[in-house]
Amino acid sequence: MDLEGVKFAVNPFDAIALEEALRIKEKLGEVEVVVATIGTEETVEQLRVGLAMGADRALLIRCADTLDSLAIAKVLAAVYQRERPGLVLMGKQAIDDDSNQAGQMLAALLNIGQATFVSKLELLENQQRARCQRETDGGLETVTVNLPAIITSDLRLNEPRYVSLPGIMKAKKKPLEEIGLAALGVAVAARTRYLKFECPPPRKAGVRVKTVDELLLKLKQEAKVV
Amino acid sequence: MAKILVIAEHDQGRLKQATLAAVALAQKVVAESGGSFEILVLGQDIGAVLEDLRGYGAAIVVSADDQRLCHAVADKYAGVIAEVAKQRGINLVVGAVSTFSKDVLPRSAALLDAGMLSDVIGVSAVGGDFEFRRVMFAGNVIATVTLEGAVKVLTVRAAAFPNAGKLAEVSPIVDFPLTDLALPAFTEFGGRETRQSGRPDPTEARVVVSGGRGIKNAEDFERLIGGLADVLGGAVGSSRALVDAGITPNSLQVGQTGKVVAPDLYVAVGISGAIQHLAGMKDTKVIVAINKDLDAPIFEVADFGLVGDAYQVIPELMEKLKK
Ligand SMILES: Cc1cc2nc3c(=O)[nH]c(=O)nc-3n(C[C@H](O)[C@H](O)[C@H](O)COP(=O)(O)OP(=O)(O)OC[C@H]3O[C@@H](n4cnc5c(N)ncnc54)[C@H](O)[C@@H]3O)c2cc1C
Repeated sequence: MDLEGVKFAVNPFDAIALEEALRIKEKLGEVEVVVATIGTEETVEQLRVGLAMGADRALLIRCADTLDSLAIAKVLAAVYQRERPGLVLMGKQAIDDDSNQAGQMLAALLNIGQATFVSKLELLENQQRARCQRETDGGLETVTVNLPAIITSDLRLNEPRYVSLPGIMKAKKKPLEEIGLAALGVAVAARTRYLKFECPPPRKAGVRVKTVDELLLKLKQEAKVV
Repeated sequence: MAKILVIAEHDQGRLKQATLAAVALAQKVVAESGGSFEILVLGQDIGAVLEDLRGYGAAIVVSADDQRLCHAVADKYAGVIAEVAKQRGINLVVGAVSTFSKDVLPRSAALLDAGMLSDVIGVSAVGGDFEFRRVMFAGNVIATVTLEGAVKVLTVRAAAFPNAGKLAEVSPIVDFPLTDLALPAFTEFGGRETRQSGRPDPTEARVVVSGGRGIKNAEDFERLIGGLADVLGGAVGSSRALVDAGITPNSLQVGQTGKVVAPDLYVAVGISGAIQHLAGMKDTKVIVAINKDLDAPIFEVADFGLVGDAYQVIPELMEKLKK
């Protein structure tokens, strides 16, 4: 796929995850918020957005290859071992690839708990546990998970703040560290090989009907669905 | 040759229909390139689900019945699935696309050091391995992809694999002993907000009537969208706009980040047709759009479009359908 010239923005789910971290920091005080991503110079821009929103420092794991979810999870597991965070917040899915896997895989690799598709988060017992409301097919579910854990955000968790001008100014002075995969001690490669991309056949244009009667006639006689 | 494990999904003892799409994929692979498949059911008191699944040609139906599995908590479920897959020499683990599979299967995949593909809509055997087709970019791209490794994990879209056919043969049920297996306990299940309506799940219904921001409040949604769904014997769905507004529960959201439905008939009422919404319903057989804006993008995918005010059109439609 030719992605040249495409503007890469912060995945909305990741912005929500960061917003939640910032709210936790604002509530608790003594909290450091680190934003991390895997990518190249082009990804620095998104990290700057994270810093401008209010993160304390940023970490770019340099990797020019396209990784799949398992490889991403392996890299992030190494980042986790280095940083030892009390909580990892991630977006539930990337809105290009739509895989919805990396957070869950990371939790498995680290052998810690997970709460996915979270729309409400509350830290309990001196940050030992988190009570999470999850959006599932069957409705809202509540789970309490031991920390550290991986928590992935759903859209209704919060509304991320806008980046302010003072935020952007401050971000310029915040540390942004770059680290290579070798320095992290991980060697990964994607197991997925994309051979071909196609557009699904478009639906053929339908017809406009003018009245309810005409609609009912079409549904009964042409489409035979009612 | 493939040895496939299908992960069955159920809701308090009732089999989720989408599981049969995963079974259908397994049947297809076995029919085309040999091998065999097994179905795994996890939970507590799962006898009825096990029975249900005996008629689909599985070599065996594996029962993981344990009190610790009474709620579908990812750390425990993923652990059991990985253990069963290892012990039984499985090389393809398959589940239906659902929040259950999305939560549990990536965790199993990592435990098995297996790559995973989400939203698979096609599979074909090529030179001893498989080529898969999957949906990406909010349904705008279909990719052909291979996955390296001895074990692979997939979620499959229900619409792409019409429900598996029932066969006469009866698969034996085999217990998977769990008593000696240590399961993680990172997570405590707190409860689920139950759906009160007696309507079917939008992913399982033949007809889905969906409302969007054109519907102003919960009472109107129930009266118009719920009312029309009941007349048609269908389910209700909604756009994200109504979920965000607190008018509908999240379990009704159709779209890229909600449910993917592919019923025979989808009626979109007061929904503009954002690509994120279309991603969840454009595989429907017949789409009807009712919208007061004649330029609404939903009309571009609708088989039948009616420009009009939902508050007038829907009551008239219900009235005439009842006749
Ligand atoms: C990352 C991301 C993920 C998203 N995921 C989803 C998703 O999964 N599902 C989803 O639905 N959206 C999703 N969205 C949101 C999506 O972009 C749209 O904002 C949303 O679908 C709009 O909902 P709507 O059509 O109900 O509202 P609007 O776009 O506001 O449209 C309302 C429509 O109702 C019509 N109308 C108003 N009054 C009447 C009336 N009386 N009678 C008839 N018609 C009337 C109007 O003409 C208009 O076309 C996502 C967005 C993002 C950024």
